[in-house]
Amino acid sequence: MANLKELALLEERAPGFYGGHSLCAGCGIPPIVRTVLGSIPGPKVAISATGCLEVATTRYPFTAWGVPWIHVAFENAAAVAGGVEAAYRALSRRGALGAEPVTFVAFAGDGGTYDIGLQALSGALERGHRLIYVCYNNEAYMNTGIQRSGATPYAANTTTSPVGSLGRGKSERRKDMTAIVVAHHIPYAAQAAASHWQDLGRKVERAAATDGPSFLNVLATCPPGWGHDAKDSVKLARIAVETHYWPLFEVVEGHYRITHRPLHQRPLEEWLNLQKRFSHLHGERSADLVVRLQQELDEGWSQLQMRDAADAEWFRAQEEAGA
Amino acid sequence: MARVETTSQVLTGAEATAHAMRQIRPDVVPVYPITPQTPIIQTFSRFVADGKTDTVLLQVESEHSAMSAAVGAALAGGRTMTATASQGLALMVEVVYIAAGLRAPVVIAVGNRALSGPINIHGDHSDGMLARDSGALQLYAQDAQEAYDLTVLAPRLAEHPDVMLPVMVGQDGFNVTHSAEPVALLADEEVGEFVGEYRIPNPLLGGEGPSSHGVFAMPDSYFEIRYQLVEAVEAAEHVYDELAAEYARRFGRFLPAIDSYRMEDAQRALLVLGSAAGTAKDVVDDLRGEGERVGLLALRLYRPFPEAALRAAMGGVTRLGVLDRAVSPGAYPPLFSDAHAALSGTGIELRSFVYGLGGRDLSTRALRQVLSELAAPAAARIRYVGLRGEDDDGES
Repeated sequence: MANLKELALLEERAPGFYGGHSLCAGCGIPPIVRTVLGSIPGPKVAISATGCLEVATTRYPFTAWGVPWIHVAFENAAAVAGGVEAAYRALSRRGALGAEPVTFVAFAGDGGTYDIGLQALSGALERGHRLIYVCYNNEAYMNTGIQRSGATPYAANTTTSPVGSLGRGKSERRKDMTAIVVAHHIPYAAQAAASHWQDLGRKVERAAATDGPSFLNVLATCPPGWGHDAKDSVKLARIAVETHYWPLFEVVEGHYRITHRPLHQRPLEEWLNLQKRFSHLHGERSADLVVRLQQELDEGWSQLQMRDAADAEWFRAQEEAGA
Repeated sequence: MARVETTSQVLTGAEATAHAMRQIRPDVVPVYPITPQTPIIQTFSRFVADGKTDTVLLQVESEHSAMSAAVGAALAGGRTMTATASQGLALMVEVVYIAAGLRAPVVIAVGNRALSGPINIHGDHSDGMLARDSGALQLYAQDAQEAYDLTVLAPRLAEHPDVMLPVMVGQDGFNVTHSAEPVALLADEEVGEFVGEYRIPNPLLGGEGPSSHGVFAMPDSYFEIRYQLVEAVEAAEHVYDELAAEYARRFGRFLPAIDSYRMEDAQRALLVLGSAAGTAKDVVDDLRGEGERVGLLALRLYRPFPEAALRAAMGGVTRLGVLDRAVSPGAYPPLFSDAHAALSGTGIELRSFVYGLGGRDLSTRALRQVLSELAAPAAARIRYVGLRGEDDDGES
């Protein structure tokens, strides 16, 4: 894993992603993209779904991308990436390209991954393309103005799950997208957050070295969508991890491992209180919603711990075998 | 400059298309099965499995992904082809528009079929018409031989530097895709030499430097970029003519944008797309034998619409019956509208006939009837040939 100094030096020499784009101050996406690109050795091609990242970085005639980049539509980043990777295989095998391997990395938001892009992602994972799929997950359709998605958490206030005289925010639970991906039996999947950039970088390195599809579900803070101060972006991602709202783990060939264990579980209120999308959860009237959210977190964490414990032996054996 | 044909085989249109693909040896072929296109990809998959072409075949999970992967592969720097029909093309259409806009020269074999609902698997041009305004070029084959020849020609048209656009090669579902007839194949090396190397500016792989494809255009630039697409589609007509001439020079088969059949001194004529041309030629022959001055025009190139060539092909025609195998509910059907605009001011009277929706047969008797109606004043705004109730005499 490159240290911060090395990452900075790499960015200075050959930036994969330039500044000057129009993503919001405090947006969680750029540090994810920079850490991902900076952690992949050698040449790479980026593929984007429609979304905040694409719109804000490629306003014609400008581009923020220092690597070859393509965007086609909203629901098909994985399919486009599969096509690019297939062309790479075809051209490589008839000697039309250099010997240095190229890494393919797709970036899509939660809408483009959990919802409209799910089918294309499933197909690409099943076909086994060698590519890294990064979901920058800010938990709603932020680019179109904060509409709820399959990744939006229970009780969150969005423009299509508004709090009103009857509405209490989103009435459904968020999907477990990482588990859906793991069910495809791909060699590598992980959850990460920009606050833990070394953990993210290590996971990207592992993904890049994986012969097959890999998937990273990375929590991305969103000041306008979550209603938090731009300055709290990294802090909030850290709190998400430390409340067990967004545990950091990886799944290697179906085996789970927690990659960061918070010393103390922070109270859920610390996560909720910094965000306006949860501001209706203060007070007695909403206590049931908070209880349900807490239950969801506790269930998730205890299930993850059980999986981690059950797979510990497998990881030990792998390490002993030098894998 | 006709050459001696070395290989003639009895093939369906779908099989002939798969042979053309094998000989073109595309780098990537992402496909999804759908009737009546399926025999194309089945035959082609067998060629790949037998090592007859080293194409990377992607069995994707939908036509939307097929076209998405195709755009990625084509802009990455690999020659790319796919195949579809009907609902599959409908699902693809979003990305067909984008492929044209991003100037991805993908060749799409289409087994033209009706659109749902009700669901119907048979021949019809409604699917092609759905993609009509996408910016993808459209060719329509009359038979298996043309399906083969136009498929061989398509990559050169798609990849021409003045064009750089997707090309759809249509063949009528079942009428052509599943009808076996003798097809003269070119030698593998001849096709290889004809199509040449795939080259595009600024590929994602092996390019001079990083390039961004599919960027976001605001009102200050979108219009100009779309106008470039219009210019490219229009430029494709001349490029097609040149390629058809080259194809004839090399291989002895001439496939002009408009197939003019017995148009010398014709007073009445039919305008068609696709396999109806074969039936219409028989009818024209019969009526010519009876001393009637009738002719046929069949478009092989439908987008861009060969406007000037159509005007020039009219000769002394005073009435033109335009046969559409698709409708535009509430308005005149697409081929009629195009022909009407192209021939406005010529004084030629155009009549609209709709036939063959969902695989309804077009008989020689019905076409004789159409040509005889053309000799008299119009009986209806749009005539639905073979429709029960309206056209009980037209036979179905």
